[in-house]
Amino acid sequence: MELPQHWRLADQRYRLIGEKCPHCEASIFPPHDVCPECSKPAGSLYTFAGTGTVYSHTTIIDAPEGFDGQEPYVVAMIKLDEGPLVTAQLTDLDGPPEIGMPVEMVTRKLRTDGDAGIIVYGYKFRTALEHHQDEAASSQDTAGK
Amino acid sequence: MKRNNHSEDTQDPLLKTLIEVGIVGYGAYVPRYRLPAKEVSRVWTGGIGAGPILEKSVPGLDEDVATMSIEAARNALARAQIDPGLIRAVWVGSESHPYAVKPTSTIVAEAIGATPHIQAADWEFACKAGSETMQAAIGFVGSGMAQYALAIGMDTAQGRPGDALEYTAAAGGAAYLIGPGKDSIAIFEATYSYVTDTPDFWRRPGEMYPSHGDRFTGEPAYFKHVGAAGRAMLEALDAQPGDFDYAVFHQPNVKFPERAAKELGFTQDQIETGLLAGRVGNVYAGSSLLGLAAILDEAKPGNRIFFVSYGSGAGSDAMVLRVTDLIAERQGRAPKTCDYIARRTEIDYATYARYRGKLAT
Repeated sequence: MELPQHWRLADQRYRLIGEKCPHCEASIFPPHDVCPECSKPAGSLYTFAGTGTVYSHTTIIDAPEGFDGQEPYVVAMIKLDEGPLVTAQLTDLDGPPEIGMPVEMVTRKLRTDGDAGIIVYGYKFRTALEHHQDEAASSQDTAGK
Repeated sequence: MKRNNHSEDTQDPLLKTLIEVGIVGYGAYVPRYRLPAKEVSRVWTGGIGAGPILEKSVPGLDEDVATMSIEAARNALARAQIDPGLIRAVWVGSESHPYAVKPTSTIVAEAIGATPHIQAADWEFACKAGSETMQAAIGFVGSGMAQYALAIGMDTAQGRPGDALEYTAAAGGAAYLIGPGKDSIAIFEATYSYVTDTPDFWRRPGEMYPSHGDRFTGEPAYFKHVGAAGRAMLEALDAQPGDFDYAVFHQPNVKFPERAAKELGFTQDQIETGLLAGRVGNVYAGSSLLGLAAILDEAKPGNRIFFVSYGSGAGSDAMVLRVTDLIAERQGRAPKTCDYIARRTEIDYATYARYRGKLAT
């Protein structure tokens, strides 16, 4: 992939920035500018919370160029809590993935273009971290600005 | 004005701010993989000899200082609950920046939504790079230049196969959102730095692994600087070790901080909470910052914390913090240091060698 393309995709890859349709309220990821639900223009940016569940998954044994050295790795379709399905690697797995498993977004290295090329960062998903919530704890909703 | 260069004559060496500054949010990160010290000794010494720690943390194949800093920074922001657009600096201290040329800090700043109206830079001072970013952020906020600055110490330390450091060279660190005292969970009462030119540990350009002066890393390096910084801070504040609820020191292993604490007059009880090296190893630029995060996870309003970092080359930053009433509501807003330590997958030496790129392919 070309440098400008990686650079253009940074917002959606780093922060899961998609869109919210101003007409039908549908959450859109990746951003399309046209709502896939109602076909009307949809340009309002929306930061997804980064939580969802595994909808389906497969294991890659024979990795394409740029991903070699990572295999075997799991690619999953994640049903985001806001609705859209997104394809991403599952990381930090401690056993086989399961359909319906709750996951959360993390930013990781996606690929590197050899030893001299750029490092491409973006979203992957992992099993939600076990987290000792205190009574006073509130939700981590700062991402949706 | 006549300037006196004799340090013993320097009046009030404390670094002070114009306005009150504190920690508004903090976040830890430790990757999930663990290499037991007995695995290192199994491979290199036939299993003879006890390691300096129980086990160390190892980053996954898709992790580096940028990704780890992003997660710690997100935890700090989740606790602070401020608009990232208000941050005016993102600084990452490390000796494992993913690029030789291209800042880690811009990647982190972009990922947390803090760009573009910010200062961003990568810092280097061996294991002191993290506390340096905190001191700089204190200055940035304390001078009134910025409302918030994000200071991060994070490392994926390099250990030459078979070297003594391979037992401990680990990965992890913490992020601190520095801001106005009135919004802070802990206020900086004072900071101080003690630095000399000491060749105890270094890495030349292009070298994969650092070199060190073996026993020279102890007495004239770690103990001299940590001790001097700690004593100067206590003296300047006219404080006693007993005035503090917690103390945390740079922890290349377990013994060094235990001895430094004892020599300064701190008890095992005071250092227990922040002493993580036995379970995560030496996380270099993140070491004392991660220990401080573990303390903040359980600190109560009014607690006083004594902090001394150490970086080879060499120097120590000492800081004294007082915990405020805001701590309780923010502690649980993000995963705690112990949550990351409890998330643990043990690996063997071969997997470690693969994950850390120690095999020629």
